[in-house]
Amino acid sequence: MERIHDHDPAMPASWNRATKPHRFCPGCGHGIFLKALGEVIDELGIAERTVFGCDIGCSLLAWDFLNVDSVQTHHGRTVPVVVGAKRANPELIVIAYMGDGGGYAIGAQHLVNSAMRNEKITVLLANNTVYAMTGGQMAPTTLPGQTTGTTPYGRDPDATGQPTLGPEMVAAITSNSAYVARGSVSNYPRLKQYVRQALENQLAGRGFSFVEALSGCPTNWHTNAKQTWSYLDDEMTKYFTLGEFKTPGQAEGGEDK
Amino acid sequence: MTNVIEAEQRSFMTGNEVVAWAALAAGAEFMYGYPITPQNEIMHYWTRLAPKFKRGFLQTEDELSAGFATLGGVMAGRKSFCATAGPGNVLMQEPISMAEMMRIPAVWFIQQRGGPSTATVIYSQQETRLTCLGGNGEGNRLVYSTASHQEVFDYAIKAFNNAWNYRFPTFVLGDGYQAKMREAVTLYDPAQRGIELHGTSRMLGRSSKQLDGQQVRHYRNTFNIEEELYETLMQHIADWDHMAEEVVEWAWEGDEEPDLLLVAHGVVSRAVYAAYEHLKSAGYNVAYFRPITLRPFPVAALQRAAGRCRQLLVAESAYGQLLSLVRDSLYGKTCAPIEGLLRPGLGITEELVVEWAQRLLARVG
Ligand SMILES: Cc1ncc(C[n+]2csc(CCOP(=O)(O)OP(=O)(O)O)c2C)c(N)n1
Ligand code: SF4
Ligand SMILES: [Mg+2]
Repeated sequence: MERIHDHDPAMPASWNRATKPHRFCPGCGHGIFLKALGEVIDELGIAERTVFGCDIGCSLLAWDFLNVDSVQTHHGRTVPVVVGAKRANPELIVIAYMGDGGGYAIGAQHLVNSAMRNEKITVLLANNTVYAMTGGQMAPTTLPGQTTGTTPYGRDPDATGQPTLGPEMVAAITSNSAYVARGSVSNYPRLKQYVRQALENQLAGRGFSFVEALSGCPTNWHTNAKQTWSYLDDEMTKYFTLGEFKTPGQAEGGEDK
Repeated sequence: MTNVIEAEQRSFMTGNEVVAWAALAAGAEFMYGYPITPQNEIMHYWTRLAPKFKRGFLQTEDELSAGFATLGGVMAGRKSFCATAGPGNVLMQEPISMAEMMRIPAVWFIQQRGGPSTATVIYSQQETRLTCLGGNGEGNRLVYSTASHQEVFDYAIKAFNNAWNYRFPTFVLGDGYQAKMREAVTLYDPAQRGIELHGTSRMLGRSSKQLDGQQVRHYRNTFNIEEELYETLMQHIADWDHMAEEVVEWAWEGDEEPDLLLVAHGVVSRAVYAAYEHLKSAGYNVAYFRPITLRPFPVAALQRAAGRCRQLLVAESAYGQLLSLVRDSLYGKTCAPIEGLLRPGLGITEELVVEWAQRLLARVG
């Protein structure tokens, strides 16, 4: 009898095959973001000295996703954990992987201050406009009018503010040696290129690097495949500009190059 | 590593300065911190001394960050520590809970202060319960309550060693009074006293050489089913119980069948010990008991000390935090009444203890 492993799909060497298929819902953006990360880790040949930290939220489902040393921390606290590791052992390549709630709400002070200190770490943040793991409540990135578990009549910007613009904020407060970009899982080659630049910035010892990825959550969006991609490409991009916001040595941008 | 203390040296310094020297002598490599009185001078002295001995420091944005960064430092294989007080200790309970569950041997120095943020910064034992049993876990920690600068130095070295040996978060619990007062202390190189410093190992990010033949490690705080969490916790609790037998410490002196057993911890135990000596020389039939480890609490030793006493007096700068540990330990073991001299956030003098003791002794006289 043929076994499924006789037909293993191609996957990055830095992926942990034993935990595939992964635990994300079908159509989830997290797996695509992590594919980009896995391929970049392979290309840069840094698996042995990489430490992958993941947050609470659906990112935690990646606690054993990669074939690299990993630690799953508390909600919002992945940045300080990897900062501590990097400071203690600068030869490590450290990655903090999190959702929009983890990065922009409960852990916002850590994102802001580690960016201000130009910590030589890489932060990867999946923006799916909701608190997915807890059942789809409003996140800092929820779009105006979007219905969620805690905005059943749609997000009212008067009462709850506008969607958080993370890369714009990080670009505004970092020094010129930082790398800041926003990609989307719907443009994989571009997203992968951003992840690569982010890690290269850390490898070069230049400074902070931050990539936000627009990421689908069909489960909490209650969307089918077509609607998911259309929400990513047509709705989210009305608020979230794709592109590089800071490349080391250059001034702030925001244009998709 | 450069020798921190070449020859034994008698010094006169504040408790916070002793902590910095002790951490250096214990081989601590990294401190993460956020300012709060009365522990600030630990950071001041550490940042002055650390570069001379190639040790590191990071001032973070808050105590959550300092605590979690300490965990990162330990996981990356460095002896790392943190110091805090009061509301900072409250915030640190989250990283401490992670340290308990992931068995991360981080060390904390707590200089207790009174009340909420911001209140008083000298006398307090109001963080006894928080330091022993805070967080959303089972209190799998090791807590030493020190009473003198010499003890701060000795137990700091012990704290790092036992943290790395048993892999539970470990605390040296002091207070503002110990932090700020000056007294004599002997600083020494642990090796010269035959104390071997426990080695470190990396949990994360081993070099490729170390990686050969070793599995990649995945640390997690997530459990899929109740039984999985339960089994992990019960294993930690069994390890903790085993540790408890080996590390539990106390001091006990006096009559085996006393009319009054005096109980106190930390700096308050100095006043209580002085009162005990005073009462003893005045001919009273008294005894003195001091838990040195508050977690694990010296339950069996206290039961022995209290088994045949006629009454107890527990003195503390808190409203019943030590008292409840004492009551828990003695439940069903004694009929002796247990009185509390409870002064939350206030100092306790020898004279006050003597006065209370004499009143109680008159009852049984
Ligand atoms: C201190 C704390 N507060 C709240 C929670 C509950 N919680 C778990 S996941 C989550 C939201 C995650 O949202 P996000 O960071 O956007 O990640 P996503 O699941 O969307 O990928 C929350 C609030 C928690 N685990 N810990
Ligand atoms: S709930 Fe949403 S974010 Fe979480 S795994 Fe499913 S699709 Fe992905
Ligand atoms: Mg989210």
